[in-house]
Amino acid sequence: MSGGHKAGGSKHGDPNKLGHGEVPADEQGPAPKRIVVAYGFWIFLLSDFIMFAGFFAAYAVLVGETAGGPAGRDVFELPLVAWETAFLLLSSFACGMAGIAAFARNVRWFQVAMAATALLGAAFLSLELYEFTHLIGEGAGPSRSAFLSAFFALVGCHGLHVTLGLIWLTTMMAQVWAKGFREDILRRIACFSLFWHALDIIWVALFTVVYLLGAGA
Amino acid sequence: MLGKLGWDSIPLANPLPIIASGVVALVICGVLGWTWRRGYFPYLWREWITSVDHKRIGVMYCVLAAVMLLRGFSDAILMRTQQAIAYNSPGYLPPEHYDQIFTAHGVIMIFFVAMPFMIGLMNFALPLQLGVRDVAFPTLNSVSFWLTAVGALLVNMSLVIGEFAKTGWVVYPPLSELRFSPGVGVDYYLWALQISGVGTLLSGVNLVTTILKMRAPGMGYTRMPMFCWTSLATNLLIVAAFPILTATLAMLTLDRYLGFHFFTNEAGGNQMMFVNLIWAWGHPEVYILVLPVFGVFSEVISTFSGKPLFGYRSMIVATMAICLLSFMVWLHHFFTMGAGADVNGFFGITTMIIAVPTGVKVFNWIFTMYGGRIRYTSMMLWSLGFVVTFVIGGMTGVLLAVPPADFVLHNSLFLVAHFHNIVIPAVLFGAFAGVTYWWPKAFGFTLDETWGKRSFWFWITGFYLAFMPLYVLGLMGMTRRLGHYDVPEWQPWLIAAAGGAALIACGILCQIIMFTVSIRNRHALADTTGDPWDGRTLEWATTSPPPVFNFAVLPDVRGEEAYWGLKSTARENRRLSDLPDYVDIEMPKNSPTGIVSAFFATVMGFALIWHIWWMVILGFLGAWATFVVFAWRDEAEYHIHASELEEGDRRRREAKAKLLDLPPEALA
Amino acid sequence: MTESRDLDNVSDDTAPGEESERESIAGGIRGYAIGLGLAALLTVASFWAVQTNLIYGPGIPVALIALAVAQMGVHLVFFLHITTGPDNTNNTLALAFGVLIVALVLIGSIWIMAHLHHNLMPMGEMLMRQR
Repeated sequence: MSGGHKAGGSKHGDPNKLGHGEVPADEQGPAPKRIVVAYGFWIFLLSDFIMFAGFFAAYAVLVGETAGGPAGRDVFELPLVAWETAFLLLSSFACGMAGIAAFARNVRWFQVAMAATALLGAAFLSLELYEFTHLIGEGAGPSRSAFLSAFFALVGCHGLHVTLGLIWLTTMMAQVWAKGFREDILRRIACFSLFWHALDIIWVALFTVVYLLGAGA
Repeated sequence: MLGKLGWDSIPLANPLPIIASGVVALVICGVLGWTWRRGYFPYLWREWITSVDHKRIGVMYCVLAAVMLLRGFSDAILMRTQQAIAYNSPGYLPPEHYDQIFTAHGVIMIFFVAMPFMIGLMNFALPLQLGVRDVAFPTLNSVSFWLTAVGALLVNMSLVIGEFAKTGWVVYPPLSELRFSPGVGVDYYLWALQISGVGTLLSGVNLVTTILKMRAPGMGYTRMPMFCWTSLATNLLIVAAFPILTATLAMLTLDRYLGFHFFTNEAGGNQMMFVNLIWAWGHPEVYILVLPVFGVFSEVISTFSGKPLFGYRSMIVATMAICLLSFMVWLHHFFTMGAGADVNGFFGITTMIIAVPTGVKVFNWIFTMYGGRIRYTSMMLWSLGFVVTFVIGGMTGVLLAVPPADFVLHNSLFLVAHFHNIVIPAVLFGAFAGVTYWWPKAFGFTLDETWGKRSFWFWITGFYLAFMPLYVLGLMGMTRRLGHYDVPEWQPWLIAAAGGAALIACGILCQIIMFTVSIRNRHALADTTGDPWDGRTLEWATTSPPPVFNFAVLPDVRGEEAYWGLKSTARENRRLSDLPDYVDIEMPKNSPTGIVSAFFATVMGFALIWHIWWMVILGFLGAWATFVVFAWRDEAEYHIHASELEEGDRRRREAKAKLLDLPPEALA
Repeated sequence: MTESRDLDNVSDDTAPGEESERESIAGGIRGYAIGLGLAALLTVASFWAVQTNLIYGPGIPVALIALAVAQMGVHLVFFLHITTGPDNTNNTLALAFGVLIVALVLIGSIWIMAHLHHNLMPMGEMLMRQR
């Protein structure tokens, strides 16, 4: 309902013939769907951050409760964490490239970039799985102590997010392959890249608070 | 193959739940059979179950809440009668059953009565008040509703299959840990709340986005009706608080399922962390429930006083102040846990501070009425009953906010009386007022006022009779959740409280009669104008019931009280606003995504409760496939032609001209 | 024809994750590359800070947290494109609200639980009194 055919043809549409010119931002009527969708997803991500805050709080409170078992400095391997971080960072960069490819409507580059994102994400995940199985094998599983419970839950929750992200990512690749860059699919790609980048932010907090502060400082 | 499930899971030895669920099953079968014979199923499927229309979803939320209110209230009756007779006797409820009842009562009333009532009202009214056609994510809205229904279903299933938690509604560990609650009761609680919690969170995201990004042209922030503002605060709180609940319950689940040690007695677990985290959600939750009704009462009081809301901007500030402060008071739920004087002092003071914006609101409502031409409808009675009763509840709350006083009153019936004194007049009275207020908008006819008023008088006298004795009992030292007792002085007060519950039952009966009588007299009670209360906000600008697209042309908002402004202008000019240009619009198609994903969520939840792992995987795959099918669809919207809009709008304008007593040429 | 504002001429609102000024493809790639470089630099600095002897011991946690906050900021700006521009007001406000709640939950929990812990009777003494 943009009153484009009317005299003046106001930029923002003027369905009720109000004739106002520059309208304040909050009075311009419903936002375009692109903004609505991404904003909704942004709100969801913030709620996800708050959920992680719960796990971080539990970790912070329980970090000293080793119950005679190993503490962080006994079990964390920083080189492994460094590799994980590198994979995740590069994966985020690849995801950004996929976004640009989608913006340029280039299917091939989109699929290549998404595949790179997925592979790097999977590499991250397999390192994390290795770390977990290794710890459990050494008798430092989540039921050993409250500290290890909190550690496995916090890191595992991030890992679970990455796993779900991988399922989403592959579904998106299939969808672009089948349907092309439809408007709604582009909106979903935008949401996915928000999600993937947000997981990085969580990881930054994670490797700092859990691994670096736990292992060294 | 079937995990922990077996024939012994059905409590055949316990006659009460079996008989109760038998009766419920009969009623459900009867209703289903009746619907089937009348051939309503295709209609229900097409128009309601798969509907993505925010109005329909709002109505379904309220229906769910009303049904669950009956369930939660029958629990209350059981408890009140048990306590009335259980002096020096075991009463008629064995302890393990009594413990399930008070847990179920709390869980149902908070999560499946109060929450769906509030979300239902917000869903129904928000887009109409904002002057738009739907919420931001219509299909997600349907998913949210059906996930909430899954939670309710699981809780009720526990009546027949297995058991429910016996731990109280906030399932404190270590009691709720596997070692002390080995049954499936706590698991029912955990998964029911996780699944419905996802629904609540998604609906919070949906409504925040709707309010912030979808408003009619001209509807700036400081022109939104008060209900929109309080809903914004509510949904921000949902988005901020429910993830904490998700995390907390996930930790308890890990403890119970995978042997983690977050809250156990062994290996360094810390039960007090659970208490801390659950109240970091729990206190904002109180405001999630109460803020929407603050909005409802603001609308009702302003409408029936015939005046704009007094202190609109101060009301906004108060609402947002409550929104932030509600995250800084949670420790007052566990003053007695031993964090020491400085921590208790800090949270005691913040608790008292949060009473200030609430007080601002009470004064604003009173000043709105002052000098107004008040119409004492049943909605206004609910509001007045609320203001008076809520102030009493608020003051006992401030009393409890003083840590030394709390050490005396903690865990006593005084506390039980206090929070019922907040929740019943605010949330329930608000829900009743809201339902009565928006009923004509939803269905095109008003509710019978006589029975509505009778119900109010029963409810309010019943409330005072049921809960004032509990204050006394609390001061006499009676703790909460007692199955039986041996103090003779308590019994008269408990008998009085049971009498109060009986009066409330009469109030509920009156409401059932009210709905029946109103539906029978719907032609006499019809609302032909779309504006039965001389309303001030945009929902009254459209017809009753509104068309699926709400507004043929998005309304033009030029100030606060948008619709009142339109009416005044029309009265002054003796004509309606100019005919707008009608343009084709698109509306979202109905979708079974909600109900199908809810089906798989039920399968998954049930399988998780009973440790049937293959079924869990099946449920997850089903839910994922449902979303993929939804994402794959090519046609998400359908067109409504401009001529259809024009035709409907012409009839609406005629009705409005008649309402405003304008000459026929006013329509042009 | 939809009711919403036209896509092209909206100047006062940006979706989260969207660049305000839609630049060329090369510009977009450059932005991500700068972000990646900064993030990598800060990560390396964090890992270095733990192992070095150059920083005063008790200062290491502070340094680590400062680096982490900086890196989160880099991610927000270069990857999520959240800025302080007027077109981003809503996105930034939502973020601020989220950060506030995260801070309240974290600081509140740690503060409360530390005091609880402090007021608990030490295990040894408890055992002694039980004797």
